[in-house]
Amino acid sequence: MKMSYFPGCTLKNKATDLDVYARLSAEALDIMLEEIENWQCCGGMFTSSNDEVATKLSSVRVLNSAFKKGQDLVTVCSACHNVVKQTNNAMQTDSEFASKVNNYMGEDKYEGQTKIYHYLEMLRDVVGFEKIKEKVVNPLKGKKIGAYYGCLLLRPSKVMAMDNPENPTILEDFIRAIGAEPVIYAQRNECCGGYVTLESPNSAKKQSNRVLENAKANGAELIITACPLCLYNLKKSGANIPVVYFTELLAEALGLKEQTND
Amino acid sequence: MTNKYSVEEIIKRSGANPLKCMKCGKCSATCPAYDEMEYHPHQFVSMIADGDIEALVKSDSIYRCLSCFACVERCPRGVEPAKLIEALKLEVIRKKGQNYLTPNDIPNMLNEDLPQQAIVSAFRKYTK
Amino acid sequence: MQRIGVFVCWCGSNIAGTVDVKAVAEALKFEPGVVHSTDYQYMCSQAGQNLIKDAIKEHNLTGIVVCSCSPRMHEATFRKTAQSAGINPYMVEIANIREQCSWVHKDMAIGTEKAIILGKAAVAKVNLNAPLTPGESPVTKRALVIGGGIAGIQTALDIADAGFEVDIVEKKPTIGGKMAQLDKTFPTLDCAACILTPKMVDVAQHEKIRIFSYSEVESVKGFVGNFNVTIKKHARYVKEDLCTGCGACVEKCPQKKVANEFNLNMDNRHAIYIPFAQAVPKVATIDPSACTMLKTGKCGVCSKICAAGAIDYTQKDEYIEEKYGAIVVATGFNPISLEKFDEYAYSQSKDVITSLEFERLTNAAGPTAGKLLRPSDGKHPHKIVFVQCVGSRCSAGAEKGKEYCSKICCMYTAKHAMLVRDKYPDTEVYVFYIDVRTPGKNFDEFYRRAVEEYGVHYIKGMVGKVTPEGEVLKVQGSDLINNKQINIDADLVVLAAAIEPDKSARPLATKLTASMDTNDFFTEAHPKLRPVESPTAGVFLSGACQGPKDIPETVSQAGAAAAKVIGLLAKDKLLGNPCVARSNELLCNGCSNCEKVCPYGAITYIDKDFRMPDRTTRTRRIAQVNPAVCQGCGACTVTCPSGAMDLNGFTNGQIMAEVDAICK
Repeated sequence: MKMSYFPGCTLKNKATDLDVYARLSAEALDIMLEEIENWQCCGGMFTSSNDEVATKLSSVRVLNSAFKKGQDLVTVCSACHNVVKQTNNAMQTDSEFASKVNNYMGEDKYEGQTKIYHYLEMLRDVVGFEKIKEKVVNPLKGKKIGAYYGCLLLRPSKVMAMDNPENPTILEDFIRAIGAEPVIYAQRNECCGGYVTLESPNSAKKQSNRVLENAKANGAELIITACPLCLYNLKKSGANIPVVYFTELLAEALGLKEQTND
Repeated sequence: MTNKYSVEEIIKRSGANPLKCMKCGKCSATCPAYDEMEYHPHQFVSMIADGDIEALVKSDSIYRCLSCFACVERCPRGVEPAKLIEALKLEVIRKKGQNYLTPNDIPNMLNEDLPQQAIVSAFRKYTK
Repeated sequence: MQRIGVFVCWCGSNIAGTVDVKAVAEALKFEPGVVHSTDYQYMCSQAGQNLIKDAIKEHNLTGIVVCSCSPRMHEATFRKTAQSAGINPYMVEIANIREQCSWVHKDMAIGTEKAIILGKAAVAKVNLNAPLTPGESPVTKRALVIGGGIAGIQTALDIADAGFEVDIVEKKPTIGGKMAQLDKTFPTLDCAACILTPKMVDVAQHEKIRIFSYSEVESVKGFVGNFNVTIKKHARYVKEDLCTGCGACVEKCPQKKVANEFNLNMDNRHAIYIPFAQAVPKVATIDPSACTMLKTGKCGVCSKICAAGAIDYTQKDEYIEEKYGAIVVATGFNPISLEKFDEYAYSQSKDVITSLEFERLTNAAGPTAGKLLRPSDGKHPHKIVFVQCVGSRCSAGAEKGKEYCSKICCMYTAKHAMLVRDKYPDTEVYVFYIDVRTPGKNFDEFYRRAVEEYGVHYIKGMVGKVTPEGEVLKVQGSDLINNKQINIDADLVVLAAAIEPDKSARPLATKLTASMDTNDFFTEAHPKLRPVESPTAGVFLSGACQGPKDIPETVSQAGAAAAKVIGLLAKDKLLGNPCVARSNELLCNGCSNCEKVCPYGAITYIDKDFRMPDRTTRTRRIAQVNPAVCQGCGACTVTCPSGAMDLNGFTNGQIMAEVDAICK
């Protein structure tokens, strides 16, 4: 199956692991990810105000590219996913906003038709966790993993509609599918500190520490995330626990990680 | 200073309705940036509803919101405080010379591991 | 030709504020048949009614048009007025110029114009009205109460004490409902069991009351005074008449790991069980989903041990048909699911509990024998946080929780907090509240005692997040008075979950054709003046099925519902509704369409001989309406292809005359 793929800025740079393992694993799971041509940045953050138009155009272009190819769109970075999905929702529900956007789109009118999958949703809804279980060759047996959702994957839940925003299970189900044991902890959907780390690293550190201390207290040995900024903040927090991208563990379980090291 | 900022415009742009608030304080109870703020989420809602925004626009509190949307998600009344804060902040940074972050500030903030996403997001939040 | 009197009501300023009532009365004077037209401030008052009566005599009126409020409000009033002055009550028509006119218009000219048109339509109809006489139907002098909680128990006792037979249908194996699970009751702190169980015994021993436990209402047919109800009695695999309730079977049952729903799954029961010691009927029940014998055919221990020979593994569901004159709904409430509120970590920690679970934890007959111990480790909690309004008072836009206030939580939380401080003075208690709502006799005094005498910490604000970590629950909340975010390391968190109607209420409402609101609470016939009656005749409401209620309110409403039922059952006959369908047998072509669409089974077909013009006799198949069963819905009249079917009081001719008057 072919799907359009939008990596976003950070995956081509500081978060290449997130990208490389995502592509490798998708291929092994019979999904062809076709990277959108000439893509631009998603915008980084979705501005919730409805009179903000220009900053959302790049996301609309991404959505429109997938639409023109007749494909569903896959994103893997939590931030990109949040921005693109919220932008698409605005195109569907706010006709004033949509008509302003389309003034910039020339002949390429777009009305929110594209279906967007986060890579995790693709694993759950397109591939199926059962199939992943079958394809796993290196089950991560006995590994106690804490899923870290952060805020962008789940909220606002009315738009993201991925999972129960207060008690999500998609990452836990993923962890089970690769043979490991999920650790449930309450802080897994609290904020890591986000972009505030730029201006006030200590405040971000405080947030991230609270998350990781809670994960550790509940027995986690390893944390997985889908967001480069979360990964950065969690790693900088100084808490003594490894944090990796979930795609890396997927590749490892599917026996693909060694390949890349060759 | 009268009418320098339009409260109606701010509320309209936010898409939120502060009058739905029942003053339970759950937004401030759930806010991870509470301690960094001079004015807290419930005060934003209440003061915007009252049209009393002079103190808010002058406060750094508008830059402390993490946009984590915990308040939006958990508000029992569907008030969406983060959207009000966002709309208020735009009112400030859209004015000439009011950018909170400029490219000149960036070099001192960089480090080897910092993802691009952090800079892009910060610019989106702080700068017009 | 009719001699019609028109009476335009001001309804104080309700109508006169936006309708020029004098202009309406003046305009209607010139309509065909009108011989008298006037206006008055309050037509429904005694003076207003006398004005109508006097006019009837003075002007020799044959028909009446009252331009006033909705016929739901005062049609019956004005029909009685007319009748007492010697006019058939069905010669009265109401033009609704309040709800459908003055209340929805702001402009006097527009409102007046519309009121005149509505008045003209009513006049046009009265010109074609004919006197109608209602038929009579007998009343079955037995009541059905659906639900055996405190609401159903009280209603049943009150009806039975008046000398009428009552059946209680309860879906659980015992009556008692939620109140049987409670520990103490506010505001007097008497024990719930001490005041409830004697009433349960009264029910069991009352010669006029039968209890169908472990049973549900399967279907309801008929109408007020004459309901035919089928009751489904679930197989309990124990013969009720033989079981003595000795409990020997329960003791010996090897399957003892079944979640005990009576203790909200905080401990286990056996596959054969009696929910609690004071259960009524005190009869064992086998849970077929847990019983090894029923699942695999191997076991049979209970059967061997039972000295009375009451165990019957072959028992089947049983259907009982019974006639009732009145039905009382008392289906009660449940706490909502907290699935969407997991910021409070209810699904993540055993030490985050609901208030109803807290009741069981402090109840001497509960899983901890009344000692307040943490479910996770059995330790005594030293810091307890209560959170109010969990899922109550949510806006529709929030897409979770309920919009209404659950009403009972402020008081039971004050009770819980006070009881903890009284029994365990070493325990600190915090209550997060949005508002403390305690209107009720001795209620606010009760809450203040919790603060002033027992030192409970009331914090105005909400909890935003509960994080279980190690042995503690990290509670993050806001303190709005001090403008602070506060963090408390609690040992136990108690959530005052919103309450909602029992899930059985919605399908039951369909069976009863009783109306509900969007929250699935049953709707009352009038929110102020008929609070215990459903708009469906013969169906009455008792307790929390109509809205959130505490015990004192429930018992009051239960008694009120009983009074209404007694008033109905005391009558030997009921006057029917004469506005029923009738078939013109000369036009009927025998197609059976009306019979198919009739929801009440009121239409049958007969073969009838007709003398033809050529002096021969022909047998034709024609429709006949049973006026006692017909409810006047009119479905048959619009289905009839030959125009043979017509509805008394709403004939096709009358309705067309109204339409013509409006469109003129």
